[in-house]
Amino acid sequence: MIRFTNVHMHYPGGIDALRNINMHIEQGAMAFVTGRSGAGKSTLLRLVALIERHTRGQIIVNGQNLERVRRGRVALFRRNIGFMFQDHRLLNDRTVYDNVALPLVIAGHDHQEVKKRVHAALDKVGLLSKQKSLPVTLSGGEQQRVGIARAVVHRPALLLADEPTGNLDPALSWEIMCLFEQFNQVGVTILIASHDLDMIKRMRKRIITLREGRTLTHASEHHDKK
Amino acid sequence: MKQQLSQTAEYGRKKSLRSLFEIWLLQHLQAIVFSLGQLCRNPIASFLTASVIGISLALPAGFFIILENTRHITAGWGGSVEISAFLKMNVDDDAARELAGKLASRSDIAKVDLVTREQALKEYRQLSGFTHALDALDENPLPSLLLIKPDLGDYSEKTAEEFLTKLQAVPEIENAQYDQQWVKRLNAIIGIVQRIVLMLAVFLGMAVLIIIGNTIRMLIYHRRSEIEVAKLFGATDGFIQRPFLYSGLWYGMFGGIIAWALVTISLLLLQEPADSLAQLYTSNFKLIGLTIKEAFLLILSGILLGLIGSWISVQRHLRAIEPA
Repeated sequence: MIRFTNVHMHYPGGIDALRNINMHIEQGAMAFVTGRSGAGKSTLLRLVALIERHTRGQIIVNGQNLERVRRGRVALFRRNIGFMFQDHRLLNDRTVYDNVALPLVIAGHDHQEVKKRVHAALDKVGLLSKQKSLPVTLSGGEQQRVGIARAVVHRPALLLADEPTGNLDPALSWEIMCLFEQFNQVGVTILIASHDLDMIKRMRKRIITLREGRTLTHASEHHDKK
Repeated sequence: MKQQLSQTAEYGRKKSLRSLFEIWLLQHLQAIVFSLGQLCRNPIASFLTASVIGISLALPAGFFIILENTRHITAGWGGSVEISAFLKMNVDDDAARELAGKLASRSDIAKVDLVTREQALKEYRQLSGFTHALDALDENPLPSLLLIKPDLGDYSEKTAEEFLTKLQAVPEIENAQYDQQWVKRLNAIIGIVQRIVLMLAVFLGMAVLIIIGNTIRMLIYHRRSEIEVAKLFGATDGFIQRPFLYSGLWYGMFGGIIAWALVTISLLLLQEPADSLAQLYTSNFKLIGLTIKEAFLLILSGILLGLIGSWISVQRHLRAIEPA
């Protein structure tokens, strides 16, 4: 699903955010990217989503070589990806329903289809009763769940999450992780950037550790053998 | 995974069957509803913006109406325009009388007065005082004169000029000219005012573009985070710019309607004093307002300016916003 070959990311001004990254995440896998702040976690996710373009090497996502995705095709490319953020980035002047519906409206689905899918997604994260609320009236955990519903409502093949539990207490974080696992079980490939090492170790999934822009270990094997 | 893949495939087929036109129409409807909703959510701010546009459009439209009315009035005054046609020296009084009768029966001529050579000489003697000098001449040096009142219906410079050429083509007529140059002068003045109104319209049109462009720019920055999220979820530039273009269209349209209302109300307020003035001149002059076609053109120009203004703004500012 995602393959990095000798990927470099060099920001103008002399900062090398990523250096010679090689990794492969299979279709249907769930993996974590961890490391300290500034290690390159977010950059890695941004390269996958074509928010930024890598400076060297090759990235293939969902069979597409990202260098060949022209500016005009980026929008269509992103429709196969779901996003989640630490600051959830919900639109505060729209209801929960409208927030979750956004990816479907963008893709041009009709009213009936949108309603059906938004209800299904909100039901999945347990917030169907809050569909008419505004995001600000929800708790942090609920807002994050709305974010998840929005990220999966258009059934993307790939889900990218950048510190999805950064602002939540351990119990809520665990809840969110379990939700991710459920989506993973129905086939969505998931890549999560997180610095909460204790929690992601408990998930027993593959862990990619970054330090100063380089990959250190693929820790999953160690865990599986325990 | 397999199950999901087949689901996506099936979904893709369904989507390709649904005509692209339907999606296009749906998204336009959504943009229309959304942009109208945005206007209604800030009614005062929207009304103020539309009013500024309306006033900017009303000014040139108002001047245009004043010009139309002026032209109407000069057409009414055309009845007092006279042409002096000097006949050739070899045309005697009988021939002159005959010609006057012939001309008077023409449909574009209301009245013809003949001043014979004798009458002209008498008048000249009285007025000039060159009695002795004239006595010294063997022959009367003055030609016969026809005073012609045209009946043209419309007294624009062009028709007046054409009428004169027609008269000059008559073989007995040596020379024909408007005895009052003021029609020409008035037309020249109207020409200048027309040019000024045109320039004013261009300047105020530019002002409307700037107003709308700036309003749209603020809308864009106000909804910056929304645009970023939409781009992240695969929104095309077209999808994102559509509501802004419609906002510009609405502003322009409501501005045009306000301009029309302002002009119409102003004319209603002027109607009474104009009527009493016309009465004093025993004229049946009536103020003319905007025709349906002109009102439509006014609103259409508002819409076009709105679209162009928002398009420029969108091109400049929307592309700069990328998800971070």
